[in-house]
Amino acid sequence: MLAFVLRRLASAVPTLFIVVTISFFLMRFAPGGPFNLERPLPPATMENIMRTYQLDQPLWRQYVTYISNAVQGDFGPSYIYKDNTVAELIGKGLPYSMELGFFALLLALVGGVTLGTIAALRQNSVLDFSIMSLATVGTTIPNFVVGPVLTLIFAIVFSLLPAGGWGDGSFRYLLLPMIALALPQLAVFARLTRGSMIEALHADHIRTARAYGLPPRIVVITHAMRGALLPVVSYLAPCAAALMTGSAVVETIFTIPGIGRYFVLGALNRDYTLVMGTVVLIAIFVIVFNLVVDLIYGLLDPRVRHD
Amino acid sequence: MTSRLLKLSAAALLGSVLFASAPAFAEAVLHRGNAGEPQTLDQAQTSINIEAFILKDLYEGLTIYDAAGKIIPGAAESWTVSEDGVTYTFKLRENAKWSDGTPVTAQDFEFSFKRVEDPKTAAKYANILYPIKNAEAINNGKAEIATLGVKAVDDKTFQITLERPTPFFLELLAHQTALPVSKASVEKNGADFVKPGVMVSNGAFKLVSHVPNDSLVVTKNENHWDAANTKLDKVIFYPIDDQAASVRRFEAKEMDLVFNFSADQIERLRGAYKDQVHVSPTLATYYYAFDGAQAPYDDVRVRQALSMAVDRDFLAKEIYSGSQIPAYSLVPPGMASYGEPSKADFATLSQLDREDKALELMKEAGYGEGGKPLEIEIRYNTNPNHERVATAVADMWKNTFNAKVTMTNLDVSSHYAYLQEGGKFNVARAGWVADYADAENFLALNLSTNKTFNYGKYNNPEFDALMQKSYAEENPEARSKLLHEAEALLSRDQPVAPLLTQADLWLVSNRVSGWKDNAANEHLSRFLSVSE
Repeated sequence: MLAFVLRRLASAVPTLFIVVTISFFLMRFAPGGPFNLERPLPPATMENIMRTYQLDQPLWRQYVTYISNAVQGDFGPSYIYKDNTVAELIGKGLPYSMELGFFALLLALVGGVTLGTIAALRQNSVLDFSIMSLATVGTTIPNFVVGPVLTLIFAIVFSLLPAGGWGDGSFRYLLLPMIALALPQLAVFARLTRGSMIEALHADHIRTARAYGLPPRIVVITHAMRGALLPVVSYLAPCAAALMTGSAVVETIFTIPGIGRYFVLGALNRDYTLVMGTVVLIAIFVIVFNLVVDLIYGLLDPRVRHD
Repeated sequence: MTSRLLKLSAAALLGSVLFASAPAFAEAVLHRGNAGEPQTLDQAQTSINIEAFILKDLYEGLTIYDAAGKIIPGAAESWTVSEDGVTYTFKLRENAKWSDGTPVTAQDFEFSFKRVEDPKTAAKYANILYPIKNAEAINNGKAEIATLGVKAVDDKTFQITLERPTPFFLELLAHQTALPVSKASVEKNGADFVKPGVMVSNGAFKLVSHVPNDSLVVTKNENHWDAANTKLDKVIFYPIDDQAASVRRFEAKEMDLVFNFSADQIERLRGAYKDQVHVSPTLATYYYAFDGAQAPYDDVRVRQALSMAVDRDFLAKEIYSGSQIPAYSLVPPGMASYGEPSKADFATLSQLDREDKALELMKEAGYGEGGKPLEIEIRYNTNPNHERVATAVADMWKNTFNAKVTMTNLDVSSHYAYLQEGGKFNVARAGWVADYADAENFLALNLSTNKTFNYGKYNNPEFDALMQKSYAEENPEARSKLLHEAEALLSRDQPVAPLLTQADLWLVSNRVSGWKDNAANEHLSRFLSVSE
């Protein structure tokens, strides 16, 4: 298994390299630059700035410089948030995004699997239809609607919870953004679980287990769940990577100091280095979570065990 | 005796518990919504107003704006201007101190101004101080830094020599780029001088903490010369770029001040919060530029006709819910040194009469109904309000001239990069916010020598000559007259069609006192206080 992990990590290096190269050039092909503002700068000032940030050099040289610095862990200064390096910005914001994302993931996973299982066990009942309708609503209502509605109800009308901000980081501040972030994913998990659980419940080994007279709870939790969770687990990797690298929408609505907005703001402001930093980070998260999920897969399904 | 002693000590104990449990004085904290994350706290790098609000609380320039937006002495208690108007001698306050207790000196100012003009600093707003002798040459790498026209005569006397008389120079000194840095701190800490725990500042407040996109906390600077009159103990700036989110946090009573919110909320908010909603006209103009290098926009009649056909009242009322004011001049009203701007002559006509006149002009030019077909492309930077304005204007031009109007939008960087690089276009949206309260700041946009900002490539030697004359004119009244004449040419030729004078929208909680709306949009926290 160690060999498998090492092999996968080694193959991540060229993947990252390709991701970095493509995003570097894609960013540069977008018109404008980090210093083209609504209020354009006088040409002489622009020249000073371009020289300072070495943006006056040929693109290939900028690329070589960027790669050789990045390899040493230096992702450069942010062109827009000039008092900070990209590493500082991400370092400051990432813990907030990860904490929020982790709790949202937990809520989505536990809630989604529970609801999906209940729906599958009561297939075609009123309960099933209600859960699935809710799940449809959850996936179709975007979180830029859910977020403000939650705030309106809980913060403005009833004054129970804060309308935004991280505050002291207590659960009160986390609750609403966590729900807004988790809801669409919770719905996906519920649908996935329901579908695969129904399939699993009709499998031969479940029929055998039932015929042996095993209690229904054991049949569902130990035997059916294991197979039913496979599609859920494969969805877990992209979902975890997305939630834990922050959501631009939810972080903006609830004014959370995470890194979700840096990708969007960085791209809009042509903050080349900041975009590259977030791209690398997201790529690493995706690679790591995919690896973790593959390992979990092996635990659940003996057929894909990595020896 | 024993029981009395017991009672006494019990009372003393109770008293001390009560005293300890309630703070002696409640801290006065202002929760200030600030419309976005500051990109920098370095006075040489700053370029936007949300940074200015923070920097002007932290630092104090030679001159500052009072609560009403009027220039008053800041770190300098007084100054004299030489007869010829080029030498300013500032007397710094004896008791002006940095937050670390060291005195604010003329050497600090000399160092700060040279730092801004040093090309290595790559200051975005280096041009704010270009009126200073040799500043532009130094910044362009054509002169030595030592030749900058600034001099510390002694510790408390600072002298500035200008290239030429600059009537608005005291305004420039109140810009955030002209704020001083502590020479000792910058020399010791380098680029880190802006960080919490390191920053040394001379304003009414000092920096305590900064979590990007969460909060920036400043507390009262006890070393400030006027600390006795600073009523707030702490100001928390919330960098919220989502306007709806900041309104929600105001409504949840988490914010006392909110800067900028969506105009379509004005009516609802006015209903709910009445006079806590402030709409304050500002020194900013929203305009459409015509590309004078392209036919038919090289024809003054076409430009005039198109400009006249825009119903500005509709834009102001229906699209901006009264948060903007119809504009007929590039220079906005409210400029103390300039007075009433020279408006376009059609400003006095009714919209129906304007349309009739516009049709005539267009016919003369040979376009529109019965003439050559009129195909117009409006370019604007992506933004819901700009889109609504473009849609409305397109509709007006379709209805009036039977023109075929298309719209193109690009994100803000691409849009301005295109215009700035001299790209060809038909009609393009642009905006200008005053750097300093002087008409020259707006009029100079249309100088033929202004390769960057003159999007429409306007080239009128008569206009250029009037502007040149105004730079040499020392008498304020004569200068104002020259500028008015120059603006009259713009209003006649319409290289740009001014559409709206922008307003700043603020939510100011009832808790806050000392607030005054002003066109300069200057609101130093030291003039504010809060009640519980």
